Parts: sequence; structure tokens; C-alpha cells
Amino acid sequence: MIKISVSHAIREGMHEEMLRDENVIMMGEDLGTMGSPFGITQGFLKEFGPDRVIETPICELGFTGMAVGAAMRGIRPVVELMYDDFVTVCLDPVMNQAAKLRYMTGGQIKVPMVIRAPLGAGRRNAGQHSQCLEALFTHIPGLKVVCPSTARDAKGLIKAAIRDDDPVIFLEHKLLYSIKEEIPEGEYVIPLGKADAKREGKDITIITWSRQVFFALDAAKELEKDGIDVEVLDLRTLVPLDWEAIKKSVCKTHNVIVVEEGCKRGGYGSEIAAQIMEELFDELDSPVVRVAGLNTVSPFSPPLEDAVFPNKNDIVNTVKKSLNYTL
Amino acid sequence: MSEKQEYSKEMLLRMYENMVRIRKFEEKASECFAKGMLAGNIHVCIGQEAGAVGTCEALEKTDFITSTHRGHGHCIAKGAKTDKMMAEIFGKETGYCHGKGGSMHIADINLGILGANGIVGAGIPIATGSGMTSKIKKTNEVTLAFFGDGASNTGAFHESINMAAAWKLPVVYLCENNQYGVSVNIHTVTNTDNIAVRAKAYDIPGTTVDGNDVLAVYESVKKAVKYAREGNGPSIVECMTFRMHGHYEGDPAKYRPKEVTEEWKRKDPINAFKTYLLDDGVEESELTAVEEAMDMEIQEAYKFAQSSPYPNTSDVLEDNYSSDNERSVIR
Repeated sequence: MIKISVSHAIREGMHEEMLRDENVIMMGEDLGTMGSPFGITQGFLKEFGPDRVIETPICELGFTGMAVGAAMRGIRPVVELMYDDFVTVCLDPVMNQAAKLRYMTGGQIKVPMVIRAPLGAGRRNAGQHSQCLEALFTHIPGLKVVCPSTARDAKGLIKAAIRDDDPVIFLEHKLLYSIKEEIPEGEYVIPLGKADAKREGKDITIITWSRQVFFALDAAKELEKDGIDVEVLDLRTLVPLDWEAIKKSVCKTHNVIVVEEGCKRGGYGSEIAAQIMEELFDELDSPVVRVAGLNTVSPFSPPLEDAVFPNKNDIVNTVKKSLNYTL
Repeated sequence: MSEKQEYSKEMLLRMYENMVRIRKFEEKASECFAKGMLAGNIHVCIGQEAGAVGTCEALEKTDFITSTHRGHGHCIAKGAKTDKMMAEIFGKETGYCHGKGGSMHIADINLGILGANGIVGAGIPIATGSGMTSKIKKTNEVTLAFFGDGASNTGAFHESINMAAAWKLPVVYLCENNQYGVSVNIHTVTNTDNIAVRAKAYDIPGTTVDGNDVLAVYESVKKAVKYAREGNGPSIVECMTFRMHGHYEGDPAKYRPKEVTEEWKRKDPINAFKTYLLDDGVEESELTAVEEAMDMEIQEAYKFAQSSPYPNTSDVLEDNYSSDNERSVIR
């Protein structure tokens, strides 16, 4: 076992896939000499050359659209958007083209591409560089959506995403990039659509993903002192959703909160909460409660920003409230 | 018409046949729409047949195209079958896309048709990415993007051509300038007389041709295709033309002066080519035979579409995803 960071893990996963399959290419801004702003593609240009590591001009619409065309021809492009916020200038190739071409051509066309994008708040980057836009993507049929939290998962999932024949949106939290953990040596792939219980417990299930997994684990540790045994279910993949894992956990704990960093209104957490209430209502001892970001633009000033997204205390308080409901 | 060159009679008749095939297909589609037989929107290309046919004649079978919302002509010229196309616009199971795409989304990957597209300009980056693929794989296909004057003002146009020029990608940008983006005259929203002049900005070749002269189109595109295939990079070819119908069927196109429409009617590309062929010594009876054969073909295509079944509603969720489709659509 070796200890590496999330960014290193993603780099390693992509590197292995580049070596394994010559159809895998990288596209995006500053991928070459700079090795991307978060260092993910360092050394790739030198190793694989400019035909496979394509450093683009600043034109997300153009190069993401090109990646769609290349994917239709059998290339497996991995597109990097510098921030997920920038997807707003290339939504046509993502939502109208990549997501829909297979269906609209009656299954003739495959679009095996990955769009990697850092998401999330906490770096004092203000409203245009801090959003969690996963709910935007989960809303669109035809896209798969992956949000890893740990280095081990990030490596296994990026490999699965690259091998997948559908467009996959792969969202990496900026504040997780430097977090290290031990990962298995050698090659491994984590299939899309498999949640992972990062902590097992019997009293309440916290369903979450990306950076909030760590807040949930911290909250679980604190709640343990009060004798509350928390299960933390890291979805890892939002589409396809691992409903079986959710069902199993809910049927065990009978109490659920859903935690996400993005805005509460229209968040993916709302979707999960609704599905649980619709289908597992009889299993519940308390209503499913959402803990999520405030419905606001992400502010710059540190104390303001910290007040916007959920933290450990928000989760602890909500868990206690949920469990009090049944007492 | 363009100056006389040595063309084989076989090629000339094939081009005539394809132009007539497109015209008859569009006339039938238009008629069916007027009778309320077709759902959705139909954009026909009557008057623009020379652009589609002259262009595709200059391409190899293995080359690729992307098309537009007004794409029936491009697809037919690239070899698409009129029966499967007619079935698609009728929303039938036997259509190219099993009724899931309709008029604006006909594609046949095996014929190099990377799809018509409902979003103006969206095919341009897709074609550019296809060109990039040929460069990466070191295969020698050329990809040609059809688009209109309307799309030439999108960011997708500028961003794509900039990259194709910088990396010398084997792409031809084929602008069918029919002078109207829906109702807006191109000259009221641009500052140049034509679109091809923009090639200068990217330091690539740009040509404007009479888009109703099928042989002039053929010659210009042939040059651009050769240039691309030899590794020199992209070009813009602009075909000046006019759509005889409105933007969509049912649009009376009152935004265009009558005299302009009348003037373009006199420049009908099929009549012009017919005159050329007769001057060239082709017997009128041969052309009549082509027209009759196309009448028959389109009638058969119509019958095929009419008699084909609709898709099963149980298939409505199929093909959203290549893998894990069921799980990915159910939640």
C-alpha cells in the first residue's frame, strides 16, 4: 500500500489508461507545460506528445464540442474544465450533444468521453469559481455523474469513467486534491454506480458524496461520544445511483439525512430524499432531512463563505434533531 | 453554369439524379406536412440542392459530414436511403433513428453522416473533432461541416475554425449562405459582404461560389478537400444560394421581398443543370427517365414510411446509455 493524494491518484489513473489504450486523449486549457492548474497532467505532454495531450485555447465550447466529435469517431477524450463553473459556456456540447446523440440517433452513436471538472467552495474563489453543479448534470438523461471523495476511489473511478462508453461528468472537489490516503498498488477499477459505506453504523444513515463525506465522518466521530452510531454512505456515483445500497442502509437504520455542499433548492439530495420517502416510507422512523448549502451565490469573504456550506456542526445538530423525533 | 470541363457522363447523371432525388423528397415531405401528416417541424432545402450534391460529389465515401436542421439534402447526397429517411420523419420504427430523432437528427455513421443537428452551429465543433481524430489516427479522411449563414455568427464557428487552422486539421467548412437566418437578412447582422472573407482572419483559404451551380460547387469543394487531405488544413467554401420555402414548412416567409424570391426562382439549380446537360449533348429522354425513376423511388419511400409501424412505447427508455441503461434511466 502506498499513500498518495487525490490529485496524484487521478493522475495515476489517467496515466495508466493512456498507456493501456492509445485512443485515450486529454484536452483542455494549460494541460501541457503547466500540467494543468491543479497539476493533474504534469509530464503528460512530454510522455504522450501533442496529438494526445491537446492544450487548447480558452474556448470551452469549441474544444468540448470537438471532443464530442472525436468520441463519435472512437477516440476517448478526457476533457478538463478548469472549474466546473466554466461548463456554463459549453453546455450545448455537454447537454444537447454528448448527452443526447446516442438516444437521438436510435443507438447508432456512442460518445465515450469524460469531462473532468473541479467543483466546490472553500477556496475563497467567490461565486464564479465555487459552485457545486452536480445537480445540473444529474438532471440530464444521457450523462453519468461521478463525485469521488478519496484517493482510492478517485483512481478506480476515473479509470472506470474513461472505459465507459457514455459521457461521464467527473467532479473533483478542489479541497480534496491534497488529501492523502493509502491506495492499493497496481491496477484496480471501481465500477460506476457502487456506493461505499465509509463508516458502518446502526442508528442513522448519512447519505452524501464528495467533500461532505469528511464532514459526515467527523460528525459521526463526535456523535459516537453521545452513543449515536452513524452510518456514512458515500454515493461516489450519482448516476447511475446505487439504490440497493441506499435501501439496505435505510432498512437497517430507519433514519436518514442527506448531506450535500451545493444549494439546497433543487439539489440532488432533494431527489434522493424524495425517492426514499416515496419508496421506503414504511421503513422510516423520522422524516428524511436535507443538510445542504444555502440558496445563495458563493461569497468571497472567508467568514461569509464558511457560513454558506454545511459543516460538521450542522450535521451533528441535524442528526440529533432527527433522532429526537423518534424519542 | 461553370466553364465546360471533362466530366464523365456517369458522374453528371449521378449528380442530376441526386438533385432530383432531394427535390422530390422535399416536395413529398412538404406535401405531407401541409396535409397534417407529419409531427413537429420540417425544414426543407428546395432551391439549395446544388450545394449538397456538388459538395458530396467531391467527397469520398469514407469522408465524414456534419449537417444542420435543414439536412435532408446533405444526407441524401452523402448516400442516405430515402425510405429510411422518410420513415424517420414519419416517426416510424424503420427510420434511421427508430423515430427517436426525426427530421433534424438523421444520421448514418456507416455512411460518414455524423448527424444532422437541431442546434445552429453545433455540428461545426463536432466536425472539427472528427477532423482531429483523422489527424490523431493518421487516417486520411476529410470531414466537412455543412452550416448556414446564421451559424457563421456563433462562437462555435469561430472557436472551431481557429483551432482547425492552428492545428491544420483536415476539415472543410461549407457555408450554405441562403441569406436568411430564419427571418433575419444576413446583411443586417454582419459587416462583411460574404462569410468566406472571414477565412483571412484565420489565414486559411476562403472562396465564395454560386451555390446554385452544382459544378462550380463541386470544383471549389474538390480543391478544399484536396487541400485538407494533403495536410494543409481547413478552408471555408461559401455557396450563395436561397431557400425557396420558408424557414420551416408553414412559414410564409413574408420577411423576404417577392422580387428577390422570383429572381432566385429563375436561378433554380436543377433547371440550370438540366440546361447544361442538354447543351452538353445528353438526351432529354435520359433526364426524363431519371425524373420518373426518382418519382417512383420517393413514392416507394412514402409507402414504406406509411406502412411501417410506430416504435413500441416500451422502447422509450432504450438507448439513453450504452451501458447500465436500465439503472441509469430508472432513477
